[in-house]
Amino acid sequence: MNYSYWFANIAGIGNRTKNKLILAAGSAEELYFLPESQLKRIPDVEEEAVDRLMQARKSETQPVYETLCEEGIAFLTLEDEAYPEKLRQIPDAPYALYVKGRLPDENHKSVAIVGARMCSEYGRAVARQLARRLASHGICVVSGMARGIDAAGHTGALEADGITCAVLGCGVDICYPKSNAQLYQNILQKGCILSEYPPGTPPQPMLFPQRNRIISGLSDVVVVVEARARSGSLITADQALEQGRDVYAVPGRMYDSLSSGCNGLIRQGAGIISNIEDFVKELEVSGINEYRQENFENLLLEKGESLVYSCVDLRPRNIEELLQKTKLPMPVLAQILAQLQHKGFIAETFKNYYIRQS
Amino acid sequence: MYSIVSTAIIQGIHAIPICVEADVSNGMPTFEMVGFLASEVKEARERVRTALRNSGFLLPPKRITVNFTPADIRKSGSGFDLPIAVAVLCAMGSLAEAPLDKFFITGEVGLNGKVQPVRGVLPMIADAKERGIRHCIVPKKNKKEAELVTDMQVYGVESIRDVICILSGELWQEREETYNIEEIAEAVRMPDFSDIHGQQLVKRACEVAVSGRHNLLMVGSPGAGKTMMAMRIPSILPPLLDEEQMELSKIYSVSGLFSEREQLMKVRPFRAPHHTITAQGLSGGGVVPKPGEISLAHKGVLFLDELPEFQNQTLEILRQPMEEKCVRLVRTHGSYEYPAEFMLVAAMNPCKCGYYPNMQKCRCSQASIERYINRVSRPLLDRIDICVEAPQIAFRDLNALGVEETSAQIRERVIAAQQIQEKRYQGEKFSYNSQIPAERIREYCGLDKKQEQYMGDIYEKLELTARSYHKILKVARTLADMEQSAKITMRHLNEAVCYRSLDKKFWERP
Repeated sequence: MNYSYWFANIAGIGNRTKNKLILAAGSAEELYFLPESQLKRIPDVEEEAVDRLMQARKSETQPVYETLCEEGIAFLTLEDEAYPEKLRQIPDAPYALYVKGRLPDENHKSVAIVGARMCSEYGRAVARQLARRLASHGICVVSGMARGIDAAGHTGALEADGITCAVLGCGVDICYPKSNAQLYQNILQKGCILSEYPPGTPPQPMLFPQRNRIISGLSDVVVVVEARARSGSLITADQALEQGRDVYAVPGRMYDSLSSGCNGLIRQGAGIISNIEDFVKELEVSGINEYRQENFENLLLEKGESLVYSCVDLRPRNIEELLQKTKLPMPVLAQILAQLQHKGFIAETFKNYYIRQS
Repeated sequence: MYSIVSTAIIQGIHAIPICVEADVSNGMPTFEMVGFLASEVKEARERVRTALRNSGFLLPPKRITVNFTPADIRKSGSGFDLPIAVAVLCAMGSLAEAPLDKFFITGEVGLNGKVQPVRGVLPMIADAKERGIRHCIVPKKNKKEAELVTDMQVYGVESIRDVICILSGELWQEREETYNIEEIAEAVRMPDFSDIHGQQLVKRACEVAVSGRHNLLMVGSPGAGKTMMAMRIPSILPPLLDEEQMELSKIYSVSGLFSEREQLMKVRPFRAPHHTITAQGLSGGGVVPKPGEISLAHKGVLFLDELPEFQNQTLEILRQPMEEKCVRLVRTHGSYEYPAEFMLVAAMNPCKCGYYPNMQKCRCSQASIERYINRVSRPLLDRIDICVEAPQIAFRDLNALGVEETSAQIRERVIAAQQIQEKRYQGEKFSYNSQIPAERIREYCGLDKKQEQYMGDIYEKLELTARSYHKILKVARTLADMEQSAKITMRHLNEAVCYRSLDKKFWERP
């Protein structure tokens, strides 16, 4: 019998209490054999928790530990050496972790990139560029594999051939949201996917804020790219502060509702990311700096193409806007847009909306 | 004595001639009516009896028999009152000398003898003319409508008294009505494309859609001017031919929508049914069928605003008429066919709140966005070739001073493009680019090697289907026709790609 696994799967005992119990007893195995009278003497542990523990001892229905290994899922507890050191330090560290893939090297820095699910194209692009830059310095990018900013962060890191780590709010064998199935596979190739919930746990709304503390716990710095005034990302930022992590935010225009959360963080004293390069310097990472400022304007573009390209930026522009700005007739503009897309200078993010490709 | 009067009933948009015979003979005093009558026709007996008495004619205490021929067609509608009254009067001997065989008569009567308007006068009179009748008596309110048929002497009557005057050859002076010509001219004035500033893309899309008779979908935020744009599409459609005007007028006559207009339908109709419309309202229907919105939009524009709000079952109704250009309704007493050749223009918001993909404003969740977009019927989308985004207009465009093109200018180009298609599709079963069947695409929308390779890339990149690919080719063909170009060029293809139909991929973001 795997006692850690037994202990991890006792329902109704919080992580803090579990940590106290382990601290008092020494290990899960000893806890299993400790008499009830002694259990009750452990300070700060409620009687209810002890009752549950006793009940769990009697119950025979234990999830099968062996199947985990067959599915390539590693089971880690606070008692293990391999348990991430950064995470171990937070007050309500999860007793157990289920890990798919390879945990990142603890000696490298790690940065969490979090933000809104329904983000703007600008936010998506910033998250991606930031992650790409960080990953090229060997920094691990941690996020939650949600839609929007999270997905863009993972994608950027993978594009730079870096390491990335996704913390899920469901079992690690479940890909949520389903639309990120490709990303899920790609992350497994290069990094890891982990969760404190046993495999098979379906995604539930109440589990997601919980996992945010693991995202910040695994990281040295938390970056909020885009967040509305009452966003889940702000919970992550709060927890990061409680855990003593640095919080940075990407500023936005004051009337952009998607940036109000970030701007609020900056007002409260969070670090500001006004330039990706400066931010990387602040992180004080030594590493190969092979970053090359790609300046597309210098590349050869035809006259019409450069006119259209100059009208496109990170905010998606509709064809209508471009028609008015460039004063080109529709057939000509359509042709140029197609050429620019073909050359990879711009991308169509929504039907008839274009942004600069980076 | 025996008498016979010509009248007609409406089936679909066609008139079927009916004869009303009356006989007054000795026997038990009864008023019998026979000949497969609907209840509103049976009730005519009481109306006619009272109306005649109130007009000064007492029915004699004799056996009065009224028969309707042919007997195998169900007689419905309210237009039989006047023919029955005339036939009975004649059989009674009160109008013995009347040349009834020269007249066509229709009209409903009230108990006081006043004549009320009826539906479908135009097709009835047109049919009567074909049968060689040159005089007709119709309710005063239907007179303008009847006069649209040339070479016909039309008497617009207000009461049974008027009818007796006319038929007995007395001098009869019709009361003239005065019309305000300016008012009529005002009613005909159509909204013009020059009223719209900005929205170049949508305007262009409208022109392309009309040129190749493609159906059009506009996606855009509330207040972007989608409805305004759609209302102006009839103004760039080519003018109606004479026979088209007549056909359209008949539909409106049958629907009873004519008395308001009182002139031939010279402008193409624009119908915008509300999204709560039922399937019957759209296709036409009822126990006694009436044309639905799709027939009222015949030769014009059917505009479906807020497309996702329509019931899917309602929209499914559109599929068959869109293919066959008519709608066939089968009822117990016969089948009815209404023409329904319309251009479909639809508009919708990109999401429930209307601001997607502007994430600063849109507050919809991904799930709600997907639910919204999935509400639109796929088969219907498959029939829409052109789809454009209509963004909100910036303030400076609203106040732009520039002179915009008028509808007349656009229409000229449209006509030129359609003439090319007419010539090309001579002898074919179809006449516009949008109607090219899949197996003929290669023949009419041929690409060269390089273009084919290019489109292959696009096909992969945009995850097109065979159907959506064909739509792009058809639109490219139209774009080439608009430039009088015999071959499809790269430019045409690229522009057509911009108009491609709703891409679900963009609604499902990572």
